[in-house]
Order: sequence, then structure tokens, then C-alpha cells
Amino acid sequence: MLGFIIQRAIQAVAVMVVMSVIVFVGVYAIGNPVDIVIPPDATQAMRDEAIRRLGLDLPLWQQYGHFAWNLLHGDFGRSFVYNMPVLELIGGRLPATLELVLISIIFAAVAGVGLGVYAGVKPDSWIAKAIMGLSILGFSVPSFWVGLILILTFAVSLGWLPAGGRGETVTLWGVEWSFLTLDGLSHIILPAVNLALFKLAMMIRLARAGTREVMLSDTVKFARAAGIPEGVILRRHVLKLISIPLITVFGLELGSTLAFAVVTETIFSWPGVGKLIIDSIGVLDRPVMVAYLVLIAFLFVMINFTVDLVFALIDPRIRSGRQGA
Amino acid sequence: MTPVLEVSGLRTEFRTGAGTVPAVDGVSFSLMPGEIIGLVGESGSGKSVTGFSLLGLIDAPGQIVGGSVRLNGTELVGMAPQELRKRRGKEIAMIFQDPIATLNPLLTIGQQMEMALAAHERLGRRAAAEKSAEALARVGIPSPRERLSSYPHEFSGGMRQRAAIAIALLHRPAVVVADEPTTALDVSIQAQIIAEMKALARDYGVAMIWISHDLAVVSALASRILVMYAGRIVEEGPSARVLRDPRHPYTRGLIDSLPSATRPGEMLAQIPGSMPSLLSLPPGCAFAPRCAFASSACAARPDATAAGDRAWRCVHPLGQDRTDQKERAAS
Repeated sequence: MLGFIIQRAIQAVAVMVVMSVIVFVGVYAIGNPVDIVIPPDATQAMRDEAIRRLGLDLPLWQQYGHFAWNLLHGDFGRSFVYNMPVLELIGGRLPATLELVLISIIFAAVAGVGLGVYAGVKPDSWIAKAIMGLSILGFSVPSFWVGLILILTFAVSLGWLPAGGRGETVTLWGVEWSFLTLDGLSHIILPAVNLALFKLAMMIRLARAGTREVMLSDTVKFARAAGIPEGVILRRHVLKLISIPLITVFGLELGSTLAFAVVTETIFSWPGVGKLIIDSIGVLDRPVMVAYLVLIAFLFVMINFTVDLVFALIDPRIRSGRQGA
Repeated sequence: MTPVLEVSGLRTEFRTGAGTVPAVDGVSFSLMPGEIIGLVGESGSGKSVTGFSLLGLIDAPGQIVGGSVRLNGTELVGMAPQELRKRRGKEIAMIFQDPIATLNPLLTIGQQMEMALAAHERLGRRAAAEKSAEALARVGIPSPRERLSSYPHEFSGGMRQRAAIAIALLHRPAVVVADEPTTALDVSIQAQIIAEMKALARDYGVAMIWISHDLAVVSALASRILVMYAGRIVEEGPSARVLRDPRHPYTRGLIDSLPSATRPGEMLAQIPGSMPSLLSLPPGCAFAPRCAFASSACAARPDATAAGDRAWRCVHPLGQDRTDQKERAAS
């Protein structure tokens, strides 16, 4: 197990290094931020001064060297546009995204697995058919449209829930959180549902497919032949046997949703990190883009690592395979 | 002595888009306490479906549509699912072909045994472990107490099947349906398990239905043989006599295709053709299209002919001595 963790840690470092190079070079290729940062009526002297201050006069490899060196010292650089440390900028926005994404993906997983298992156990019931219909909708209807319809229905027509913003927040560990206040929670519901819909549909489909397969397996037949009640079979055999693909998808979705919740954040004016990155791309705020993408790569690596650990916890065959390796 | 299990006219159908498949078509037999009978036939003959039907474990679109299964005098067909569940594992149990598929790879042997115990009795954790270890010891698993915390993949194939047998026998059921339990195992392990099953059946007084395509295995184990073809029992009788002197040409074919019936270097005999689709069975004898003795008389469905402790469904039975034929002519 320890060997496995070390091996994965080395892989993770390699991924991070490669990722940071790709991101840095890629962002460098997009365009020259100087044109956007400096007012058009600036003199050539001011221009040169700005280029030097931002370190843009150095060759690319030196710029990367500086960036990497600072990164290793916990310094992600300063935003060209906001003129403040990038880490502070992202750190101020990340909690908003984090709480939104976690609430929506946990909701999607719990509801999706529940509904999917039900649809897998009773595939011919009308409830199961309704669930599957819902999942097709969740897949095929674009998320921005659903967001608008949600706002129209629940905020404009019915007036039950607010249309946007984070609402009242509470400070905990020096960070503002919405989900701890009633008002904040009411603000979170619509964007969370909007964000969850696609994932919910996917979880339903995966859970249903897995359940249908497992229900026909000899394991379940043998358990039934031993007189084990259906409820126990579902809880102890089926849920465990279908969990591995579900956890894989859960991990991947968690990562990509954290990185790209931007559509929902925009529609519901949720001050998350997705909006920040889109704005930064618009003005070629290079340090923010690079730091953000490196951070996201780090998140993905960590999530995948955790998923692998969870696999080993669930499946003893993976555990013993690792010991032998 | 009264039979522990009485099956009569059992019919199980699968309703598919292409039509109704009569997988089990009027099967009747009875089983005495402690008796071992063999249910033999090719793949698709309906022998496994018969086994599952006895426990009421037919998945949709399959359905038991008729007949009766009486276990210790209680009718199981049409019984409420909850009541049936209470009897499964306790009074009638089942062992499957492939122990890799039957045991859950993600749970320890102990956890799986504890679940099977908890299905029928309330036991503390410690008492359950005690009882499980005992059951493992009885099927010949060494150091059973330590083995409870092992996972199935840490067991060999034979050990896995032993663990599955231990689970099936936990509550000492009156009847065990064994669906080809040694087919997936090595030949040497196969022989061991068969010997042990025989001993367990004798010690516990468990009656067994041993389902197999392998006549050799069944003859070593069962006192009686039922031969199944296309959902019907075509011949039954005491194992030794059925094997030595079969009545039905299908039974003859099965015996001839055993390697032991062939001299080394010779080609194995085969039954020509394959089983007809159950969707389009011939109206008469289902075996007629493959049978060397078939005649126009086979176009009508043959009734069972009984003679002493033997019975067959064939209008051209083999190897009968004169007295039998006279009896038939007279009747």
C-alpha cells in the first residue's frame, strides 16, 4: 500500500510539471497581454516599463523558470488586472464554487444512485420509466436553458427562491459560506439543481445499468437461494458491487464540475471561480489563468488519487494486487 | 416413508417476444428424505430451470404456470414471496455451478455466512462466527476460524465451492438442489467434493437433486436418474439399471458419448443434430428428428410408460426383454 502511494505521488508530480509547462506555453501563445493592460494612449516608455515590470521581456523559458520557482515557494504571482496576489484572488472565489459544486454533486450522487437502483430493480414499473425519462431530459436539455427556466419558474413566476447571488453568508475558518444560513441555502438551491441535473442523469443511468446486471448475477441468485431478504441483498451485495464505476464517474465529475461550473455560475451570478477564469481569459490575465489551470490539474490529480484509494478500500482484490506488486 | 419433496406436473414458461418457451413441461418426480437423484440432460434441456423453479427463483419473463411442488407437505407454488423466502436456505437450498460467480468478491467468507445465518435466525456476532467456522470445518476447510476473514479470491476454486456448500447447508435444509456444482472444478477436486457431498447428505439426512450433464458423475452419486430432454423427463429409473440398459434412445446417446464407452483412439460417439428450439417443438416426440428409430408413430406425443420402478416416454423403447413387450401389447 505504501509503495502504491509513493508511486502515485511520483506520477502526480510528473503530471503537475508537464501540465504547468503545457499551460504556460499555451497561454503564452494566446496573445500579448500588454496590449490589454496598458492604456492605448500610453507612451513607448511607459510600455517598455510595463513589459519589464511584468517580466514579459524575458525569453519564454526564463519566464517559466521564474514562474515555477515562485510556485514552489507558494507564490502564484500577481494578477495583471487586479494587481493582487493570484492566490488571494482565487482563494476568495473558490469557496463559493466549492460549496455549490459539493452540494450539487452529493445531491446528484445520492438521488441518482437511489433512483437508478430503484429503476434497476423494478425496470418495468411506471415509476422506473418516469425516472428513465427524466434522465434522458437531464442528458439532452442544455444546462443554460434549464437554468433560465428554473429562474423563470421558481424566481420570477412563483417567487419562491432568489434568482441569483450568494445571499447571507457566515464566516467560518476565515471563509464566507452560504450554506450555513437559511438565506444562503435558499440562494444555493437553484444553481445546485441546475448543476446537478446532468450528473443526476448520468448517475441514474450508471446505477440502473449496474443494478440490472448485478440483479441477474449468480451472486444475487445464490443469496436469494439462501433466503436472504431482498432489502439486505440490495444493501449489502448490490450497492457494493455497483459502486466501482459509480465512484469513478463521481470523481471525474467532481473534478470537471469544480473546474467548469462557469455556465451555471454566470446564469445565477454566483461569484465563483468559474466566472473569474472566464473574465481572466477575456483580458489575457496570464498569471490568473496559469495558476487556475495548475490548481485544477492539482485537484484532478488529488481526486483521482483518492478514488484509487477508495477502490482499494472497497475491493480486496485490488488491495492484495498492490501488495504483490 | 413419505417423500420430502413431491413435484407434479410442474410447468415453467418464458414469455418472450418471439413466443412462449415451455422450458419445463410437466415435470413430476418425488424425493425421499436423504435420497440423491440425478437430473441429467444437455444444455437447454430445462434441468437448471427445473431446479430454480423448485425454489421459486424464476426471474421475469419466466413464470411457473402450473403444477405443484410440495416440500414437507407444504405447497410452494403460489406461496407468498415472504413465506417462500423463509423456506429458502432453511428447508430447501441450492448450490450453483460457478463458485467464482456465486460468492461476492467484495465481502469476506465470514460476512457472507453471517448474512445467510441472519436470514433465518438471530445470532450474536460471536455465535454466528462460531457456527460459520463449524460449517466450514465440516466441508473440509482447514483452520476455518482464520478463514472467515478471507475473501473469496484468496480461496482456490475447490475451497470456494466448499464455502458455498457450507453456506447452503448452514441451516441443514431437507432438500438441496445442486446445479452442476463440480463442473467448473478440476477433476481431482471434483471427485473429492462428490465424495464429501455424499457423506454430508448421509450424515445430515439431506435429500439432493444433483443436476448435471455428466452421466458419469451422476451415476457415482445418485440412486435414481431422471433424464430430461426439451423440458420433459424422457426416462427415469435406478441409476445402475438406466445406465446398463437404457430405454430411451436419447439416454442411449448420452451414454455412448461418454469417453468411458469408447476405446482409446476411437472417435467419441455423438448424438446427431442439436436440441430443437423450444419455440418450435415438433408436436410429437421432441427427440424424433435426431432419433435413429423414429417412425410415423413418433408424431404423437408419447405418454409415460411405467414398468416397476422405471418409466420412459418413447414408442420405440430399446433393449426390452420379451415380458415387457408382452405387457405393453396387453395393455
